[in-house]
Order: sequence, then structure tokens, then C-alpha cells
Amino acid sequence: MVGKIVINKELCKGCALCVNVCPQKLIAIADEINSKGYHPAEFVDSKGACTGCTLCALTCPEVAIEVFRE
Amino acid sequence: MGEKVLITGNEAIGEAAIKAGCRFFFGYPITPQNKIPEYLSYRLPQVGGCFIQAESEIAAIYMVFGAAGAGARVMTSSSSPGISLKQEGISYIAGAELPCVIVNVMRGGPGLGGILPSQADYFQATKGGGHGGYHMLVLAPSTVQESVDLMTDAFDLADKYRNPVMVLADGYIGQMMEPVEFKERPQKVLPTKNWAIAGAKNRPRNLIRSLYLDPEELEQHNLKLHRKYLEMAKNEVRVETYLTEDAEIIIAAYGTVARIAKTAIKMLRERGIKAGLVRPITVYPFPYETFAKISEKVDNILVVEMSLGQMIEDVKLGVCGKAKVHFYGRTGGMVPTYDEIVTQIEKIVKEEVA
Amino acid sequence: MKKVFERPKSMFPVPTHYCPGCGHGIVHRLLAEVIDEFGIRERVVGVGPVGCSVFIYNYINCDMYEAAHGRAPAIATGCKRMHPDLIVFTYQGDGDLASIGTAEIIHAANRGENITVLFLNNAIYGMTGGQMAPTTILGQKTTTSPLGRSSKREGYPIRIAEMLATLEGATYIARVSVHNPKAIIAAKRALKKAFKIQIEGLGFSLVEFLSQCPTGWGMSSREATKWVEEKMIPCFPLGEFKVPRSEKPVK
Repeated sequence: MVGKIVINKELCKGCALCVNVCPQKLIAIADEINSKGYHPAEFVDSKGACTGCTLCALTCPEVAIEVFRE
Repeated sequence: MGEKVLITGNEAIGEAAIKAGCRFFFGYPITPQNKIPEYLSYRLPQVGGCFIQAESEIAAIYMVFGAAGAGARVMTSSSSPGISLKQEGISYIAGAELPCVIVNVMRGGPGLGGILPSQADYFQATKGGGHGGYHMLVLAPSTVQESVDLMTDAFDLADKYRNPVMVLADGYIGQMMEPVEFKERPQKVLPTKNWAIAGAKNRPRNLIRSLYLDPEELEQHNLKLHRKYLEMAKNEVRVETYLTEDAEIIIAAYGTVARIAKTAIKMLRERGIKAGLVRPITVYPFPYETFAKISEKVDNILVVEMSLGQMIEDVKLGVCGKAKVHFYGRTGGMVPTYDEIVTQIEKIVKEEVA
Repeated sequence: MKKVFERPKSMFPVPTHYCPGCGHGIVHRLLAEVIDEFGIRERVVGVGPVGCSVFIYNYINCDMYEAAHGRAPAIATGCKRMHPDLIVFTYQGDGDLASIGTAEIIHAANRGENITVLFLNNAIYGMTGGQMAPTTILGQKTTTSPLGRSSKREGYPIRIAEMLATLEGATYIARVSVHNPKAIIAAKRALKKAFKIQIEGLGFSLVEFLSQCPTGWGMSSREATKWVEEKMIPCFPLGEFKVPRSEKPVK
């Protein structure tokens, strides 16, 4: 695993722009809802494909994503 | 006695502002106040100040908002139509509690109106021309010397109350020349402006705003402003009473008309009619008490204005029915003459005897 | 693992009131990043507009004015003239700047006021519920151009960047977009350049951000970013329209 992201589920409004831009398609909209009633984005990276490229964080209007890299 | 200078009202207002420490002027050309920006356009740079002729009176009042919000001593000036354009800005300035001085050299209205003197902006100045129930402290000079003195007070009062202060002159006062003395004034101790915009260094950031979407918050804010206006009414009312002790009849007038009334009073007294004058200097807060007291001594008050009757409403509020209140007005730039006032008074006195 | 991306310090750690997918949140972040990178939080002053971003002061931690609609450039002028040492920016929407505030923005640019203007062009009035703006493009349906904007009835979308670039007082004018990461990276570069120009006292700078408004346009966030690319950019080409004399504009 080279990189990973942490999505603040409470800040996320489920706009799915990050889902759109992730080159590895590692982000999906969750079924659960947050306290505001939005379905937040969820990071699922079983194979460790995330490279920490930050495209998702760059495009997030809510600054809800933090990115980590080796 | 300091050195007297022969100077127009407009220029005297400009110089008084400089002497009061004003270093920012934002304005726009409009007759009859043009000499104020013209004068300041070369005087302000001489004292390291900033003069901008804005693209409109609207832009000018918001430049005032910006500089005042940053703690500057700042003013603007205009004449009637220009002051109308500034009304929204003045409401924002009152809402954001910013100190500044606004000079209105009144001219005939409505609409484009005329360029000769008038007092038809009284309601706009004293009842709040913009939205939301705010008030300006409004000072009405009647001579060029008084314009100078009131300009100095205006900046101190603006800082004291964190509120816009208007100096309400007219084309006559602005454009005539009179000998004036620029007295040295002791620097008043005024509250420091720690609320002002200056860059949030070693302190929480400051906000200059007037939006309160929560109605309870906005009501509290209005009550706070209201307390300020009550304070003004308690501490800042200024009025001149002239020959009122033995007066049988009173003339109520302010600004240029009050000077004309004094000449009429001199003539009336020569003809055995003891007339006196009550001259509001602050038209907001209005001297209601003075009119309440005077109406217990006389039966008739003649209000004379360069309009078709605006201050008369405040006079009636003060008099509260205890005396008859009559009106005589010229408007559109016409100025009442002293013999017109004498004729009006003699008519009232004759009716009283009949 | 090292953290390589986090919320900029000058941005309060609070949720925004903006709609899901709205471009304002992105531009706020770019602004806060630029403030942090230049280390100027303690001497930067913002002038917010009336519009969706009227609450920008809830998100950016610096001294701020709340301006009357369209008047931010005049307020910024008054402030900057009083404090030439401060870094002053205005943040305005298209209704604020391109409609009621056209006189103020043109003359602030023409005077060469040493301020930086962030101009969010989302081709609509967002805060008040989706009315037509001066930058609404031809054919675009809004609540006040229900038949779609037609030049005969409602005239043409105003290209602010090109218009202001004709003014000698303007030093740097660019148009960028935030509809995808590549555009966002370029947008930050332009914004940083604009602030650098102000910091170096070179005069007036403005960056026009094309920004998606999913709610106002009645689209999903993804459709809205696509609409920016397919419809807005052809009408509002990206690039630098004015640069300091010594440089060549990047198209």
C-alpha cells in the first residue's frame, strides 16, 4: 500500500466528485447516511491500489479528504 | 483671537476636516458642493492624505465604509441627489457601527431639481433615508464659522458613538464667503478602535458586518443601536434660543433660514412685536424639550423652512398642541426674505388680536 | 505514512453551507492554501460579497468585511488606501461583480488598485434561487430566463476577464476553472500569481473562476462539472488575458 485517504464522513455531502476522479476507482458512495442525511463517500482499497495521488482531495469541495503517502 | 480667513463654506468645511485629522475623502462631483472635493484634491495630498474621486456616489460611500472599517478618519460630501444614492451605504455604515462624516450641501429637489439652496432633505437626514430604522447624528450649521466648528465636532461624535454623522448645510452656506477662524482644538480622548480591520495579528480576527440572519440576534443589534440614539438624545442635543426670554411669538428655523429670521426679529422688535428664535443645531437628536418649554410661554410659533414643511412635524411633536404652529416656506431654490417673514408674523399677531 | 494533503491552516475546521459539489468550497481552499503558503494570514484582509459566499468569513480565518452587493472593490479600495501594507482581496460572485458591481470593478481595475479579486462565475444567481446572471450563457434556462437566454431578449453573457484586460490599470487578469483536478491545479497557480503581484505592489489582479452550481443548474455534481467543460469554457475561454509587461500570457 503506497497511499491512503481518510474521508471525514460528517463533512462529506455525497457529491461524488471524488468518485469521479479517482484513477483506481477506490471511492464509492456509502449506503449509510451521516448526521446531515447525506450518503458520504467511502474509501475501499482492499488491494492497496491507492497511490496517494491527491486527485480526490483536490476536487473535494468540502475539504473532507486527507491523503497519506509512504 | 486667531487669524481670520475669508473662505467659502465648502472650502472651510474641507479645511476643518483636515484640521480635525481627516485623512481620507471619497466623493463625486455634484453642484453646489463641488468646492469640497476640489479643495481636498490638492489639500489632502499635502498632509499625506488620500483623495479619490469615485465613479459614483455609491462607490464613494463604500470607499468610506472600507476606510472607516479600517479605523480611518474619513468623510464624503455631496448634494441631495448624490446623498440619495448613498442611502443604502449609510444604512450599512450605521448597521456595521462605523464612524464617518457625511456632508450634504442641500439643493432643490425632487429629482434633478435645481442647484440653488434648499432644506428639502430634512426628512431624509433625520428620519433615516435608508432602510432599517437607523439614525445619523445630524448637525445643521447656519454660518461658515459654525460649519467649521461643527465639522470638528462631527468627527469626534462619529468616533464617540461609532456612527455616521451628517453635517447638513445648504448651497447658500456652501458657496458664500465669510471670515472664519480655525481655532486650535484640544485633541479629544476617544475610544481606541480595536474593532477595526488591521490584519489579525496577535488577536482574533475582526469582522465588519451587518448581516444577522437570526432574528433574535438582529433584534438585539437594533436595541444596541437604539440605546446609542437614546444616548445621543440625552447628551448631544444642541439648540440656540435668541431673544426668547421676553418673546411673545417664536420663529423656529435652522441653517440659513435662521439667519434671515434674526433680521426679521430685529425689524419686528423695532415695530413693537417681541419675536424670538429657536434654532435647532442638532436636527437629530431634535430639541423637543426646548419647544415643549417655549410653548408654555407663547401661543404662536411660526416655522420657516426652505421646503414645504418638514421640520414643522418635529416642532409639533415638541409643542404637543400647547401652542398654535404656523408654517411659511419657500422651496425649489427660492429663499424666504426677512420681510416675507415679518409679514407672516404680523398676520399671525393681527389674527391673534382680532 | 506521511500526511500529504490536509485542510489549510487559514481555513476554519467547519462544514460549509454550500450545496454538494459547489465550486465555492474548492476556491475557498485554494485561497486558504495560497494565504498559508505566502504566510500572510495576519496581514490579509478579505471583502466578501452578497451571494452564496456571503458567509466566506465563517470559513477563512482573517479580518474581513461583509460588503453590500457589488461594492466590494470600493470597500477594498478604502481599506487598501488606509493600510497599503495589508494584502486585500475581494471574493465576489457573478451577480455581485458582473451585474450590480460592474462600475466598481471596472474603476477599481482602472485605478490599478493594488488588490486581488477572486471572481466566481457560475453563470447564475445561486443564493437567491437560480435567476439569470450577466454570465448566464445563451440558451441556458434559469428561473428568470425560463425559455433559455436569448440574445434578442436578454443580451449576451459578459466576458469580464477580456473586458477588464483592456484596462491599462489592470496588471494581471486570468480565467481558470475548478471543474476537475487538472483545472484546479492551474487555478491555484493563477491565484498564487495574482497574490504575488499584489504582494510585490504591481497593481490590480483578478482571477475569474468558472465554478459549477449543481443546484442552480438543476444537475448532479458530475453533470455540472461536465457542463462547465462542454458549455461554459467554450463561452468563457480559459487563460491569462493580461500579465505584467515583462511576461507572455499563457493561453
